[in-house]
Amino acid sequence: MNLDQALQTYIEESRALLADMEAHLLRLEREPAEPDTLNALFRAAHTIKGSAGLFGLDPIVSFTHGVENLLDCLRAGEMLLSGEIVELLLRARDHMSLLIATVAEAGEAAGADLRAQGDALERALRETLGGDVAGGVPAQAPDPVIASGGGQIDGDVWQISLAFGGEVLRNGLDPISFIRHLATIGEIVAFSTHCPDMPPLAEMDPESCYLACEIGLKTGADKRAIEDVFDFMRDDCELHIMPPASLLPASLERITHARGPEDRVGDILVEAEVVTAREVDAALARQEAAGAGEARPALGEVLIHQGDAPKAAVDAALAKQREIREHKVAEARFIRVHADKLDALINLVGELVIAGASAALIARRANDAALVEASSVVSRLVEEIRDNALTLRMVEIGETFNRFHRVVRDVARELGKDIALEIRGAETELDKTVVEKIADPLTHLVRNAMDHGIEPAETRIARGKPARGTVLLSAHHDSGSIVIEVQDDGGGLNRERILRKAVERGLVAPSATLSDPEVFNLIFEPGFSTAEQVTNLSGRGVGMDVVRRNIEALRGSVEIASREGTGTTIRIRLPLTLAIIDGFLTRVGAASFVIPLDMVLECLELTAQSTAAARGRAYIDLRGEVLPFIRLREHFQQDGDAARRENVVVVHCAGRKAGLVVDELLGEHQTVIKPLGKLFQNIQGISGSTILGSGEVALILDVPSLLQRTISQEASALAALTDGAR
Amino acid sequence: MTIEFEILEDGRRMRVRGPLTIYGAAQARDRFVQAMRLGAEIEIDLSAVDELDTAGFQLLLALKQEGRRKGCDVRLVGHSRAVLEVIDLYHMAAELGDPLVIPAESGAPY
Repeated sequence: MNLDQALQTYIEESRALLADMEAHLLRLEREPAEPDTLNALFRAAHTIKGSAGLFGLDPIVSFTHGVENLLDCLRAGEMLLSGEIVELLLRARDHMSLLIATVAEAGEAAGADLRAQGDALERALRETLGGDVAGGVPAQAPDPVIASGGGQIDGDVWQISLAFGGEVLRNGLDPISFIRHLATIGEIVAFSTHCPDMPPLAEMDPESCYLACEIGLKTGADKRAIEDVFDFMRDDCELHIMPPASLLPASLERITHARGPEDRVGDILVEAEVVTAREVDAALARQEAAGAGEARPALGEVLIHQGDAPKAAVDAALAKQREIREHKVAEARFIRVHADKLDALINLVGELVIAGASAALIARRANDAALVEASSVVSRLVEEIRDNALTLRMVEIGETFNRFHRVVRDVARELGKDIALEIRGAETELDKTVVEKIADPLTHLVRNAMDHGIEPAETRIARGKPARGTVLLSAHHDSGSIVIEVQDDGGGLNRERILRKAVERGLVAPSATLSDPEVFNLIFEPGFSTAEQVTNLSGRGVGMDVVRRNIEALRGSVEIASREGTGTTIRIRLPLTLAIIDGFLTRVGAASFVIPLDMVLECLELTAQSTAAARGRAYIDLRGEVLPFIRLREHFQQDGDAARRENVVVVHCAGRKAGLVVDELLGEHQTVIKPLGKLFQNIQGISGSTILGSGEVALILDVPSLLQRTISQEASALAALTDGAR
Repeated sequence: MTIEFEILEDGRRMRVRGPLTIYGAAQARDRFVQAMRLGAEIEIDLSAVDELDTAGFQLLLALKQEGRRKGCDVRLVGHSRAVLEVIDLYHMAAELGDPLVIPAESGAPY
C-alpha cells in the first residue's frame, strides 16, 4: 500500500470516526453520565490523533490532543460534563472534520481562517480544562515517582530505557543530540545514566560507548513518535519504551474493542498502540534466538521482560486472541471495494442483459428447441447475476438518517424550539448513488418542517399538544420504489394562505378549483420562494422547487399530505436503483414501450363494450371501479390507426391506479436503463430508453407522471362537468 | 584545534584544554591513567574544555569510577559551560559535579 492510498484510508476512517463522535456527543447530551459513551468518544479522538501522527499531520495531532485531554479528564471523572462542554466538543469535532477535509482536498496546510478558528477552540478547550494546562500535558499529572534502577514509574510518564551499542560513537552518532531531540517532544522528568559494563580505565576503549540511560518522559506523543526520535541509531542501540500507567486503561480498552482480523498477540498489541512493529520484530528475533521447543518463551513474555509492554496489556491481548480465534469462523467478512469497480460491473451486467436478450431472440427465430432452452438458462443466470450485482450497491439509509440527529439538534437550538427526531426504517436499503443525492433535499425538508411546521411551545400547549415537537424520518419499500417520509406534528399547511399566495403570484387562476394535494404541491413551484413563505426561514440551502427538481432528477416524485393543526407529511418516492429494472414490454404501432414491471397490476383487453359504456370519456369499469385510462397512441401522437384489438395495462403508483392503452403486450423484459439525451430530457411521460434484443430502441414510460396526467385530466373533465351542471 | 594537557604543580593537578571529544579520547585516557599512577589524589581542571561529547563525558565517568576502585581521590574542578551542559543533560551532576561551581550569570543568585 503506498502512502497516498494509506492516507485515503485514513481520511475515510477518520470520517467514520468523526460521525461516531458526533453520535456519541449527541447521546451524551441526553444521557450525560454514560461512561461507555465517553470511553468510545475518547477512543475515536485518540485513534484520529494517533493515525494523523503517522502521516505527520501535525495540525490535526495538536488540535486533537487538546480534545483528547479534555475527554480524558471527563472520563476520569475529574470534571463534570455540562451542556457547554458538549457544545464545545461538538464544535471541536466540526473543526477536526474541517482539518481532515483540508487534508483530503489539497493535502495543504490549513488556511488562516481555519487556523484562527482552531486556535480559538484550542484556547476554549484549555480554559475548560482549568487554564493551567500548558504544553499539552494534562494539569492533573501526578509527580512521577522514580525507583532507582528503572522500576515501574507511576503517573503519565513514559519510561524509556536506552542502552547504546558500542559502535554508536564511532559511527559518528552522539547520544547527546538524540536526548536533546527527545526533550523537544516532551518534558524529561527523570533521567539516570548507568555504565554497568564499563571496564577499568586502562582497559576501556575510549571510542566505544558503554552508557545506558533510563529516561522518564512526560509527553502527549505516542509510542511511535518517541521511537522515531531514535530512528537514526535504531541499529546501534537497544530501546525499550514502556507506556505510562495512565495510558494502560485506554490501551486495555483498545485491545478489548479491537475489531481487526489479527489473531496474533503481537499484531493486537501493535494495533492497540501498546507496542510498535519494531518492538515486536525485535522480540520475535529474540524469541527465535532463544531456541526452539520448551525453552522458547512466548512472545508476550519476551515483550514484558524487555520492558516494552505492561503485563496487563499482554494478558488482555492474549484474551482477545482467544476471542478472535473463536469468532473468526462465524464472523462476517467485509471487503472495501472501490465504487468505480462496482459501477463497471453493473455496466457490464447491463450489456450482458442486452446481449442475452438478443441471443434469446435469435434462438427463438432459429426455432431450435435445444438452443432456446440453453438461452433461457443463460437468461435466468443473467437475471440472477443482475440482481446480485445490484444488491452490491445497496446501502442502508440509516447512515444518512443518523446525520439528521445533529441537524435537528442544531436547528432546534437556533430556532429556540424543543424538537425530537424519530427515525423509522433505518435498515431500508437503496442504491448508493440515490442515497448520496437524497441527503441535501432531505436536509432542506427537515429544516423546513422544523421552522415552518413545528409551532412554538406556547402554541403547541395551547393546542393541547406536547410542548416538544417531533420530526419523524421514515423509510420503507413499496412496489419497486423506496418511500421516504418527513413528517412533523406541527401546525400543518394553511391551505387558504397558500392558495391566496398562489393566486397573487399568478400561479393559479382565481376561479380554479384545486384539490388539497394540488394546493399543497404549489409550495414546490419556483415562484413560491421560501423567504416569503408562511414564516421566514434562514434562507440557507435550496428552495422547495430545487428539492423537487433534485428528486425528479432521480426519477422520483414528491407529494405532501397535511392536516391543519396536526402536521405535515412530505413523501418522497424514489426508484430503488438507477440502472436496471424488470420491465413489461408493450407495443403501440411501430414503437415499443417499457413499463416498469413493479407498477403493473394486471392486463386486460379493452373491449368495444367497455369503451361504449364510457361514452367517449376515458374511463372503463374495472369490476365496479372507475378506472381512468390514457391512450398511449394519442398521448405520444403516433401515426396510424388504432389496432383492431387494444389492451389496457393497469398500473399503480402511490396508491392510485390508471390504465394505459396499448396495441400489443409483449411480456416481461429485463431493461437496462439508458439515459435520454439532453434534447429529450424534458419529454413528459418518458423516463429513459433501453435497447431491445433486436437492437431497436424502446422508451421507458414514466408511470408516475402519466398517472398524474391521467388523473388531472379526469379531474378537469369532472370539474367541467360539474361546472356545466351548475 | 586539538586537546592539550597542562600539568600544574607537582603533577597532581592537570588542566585539560580544548575539545574533550572522541577524537582526543584515547590520548586523554592515557594521560589520565598516567596521572593516577602519581598519587592518591588528583585534581582535573575542566575550565578550559570548550567542547565535550559523549565519549569525553564517558571518560570522565570512567575516571571517577577508576578512582573509587583504586582509592584515589579524583576531583573535577572548574567545569566549563560546555562541560556543565553535557553533565546536566545526562543528569550526572551528583557523580561528576564535585565542587560544582555554578557560573554567576546562569546560576542561582546566592
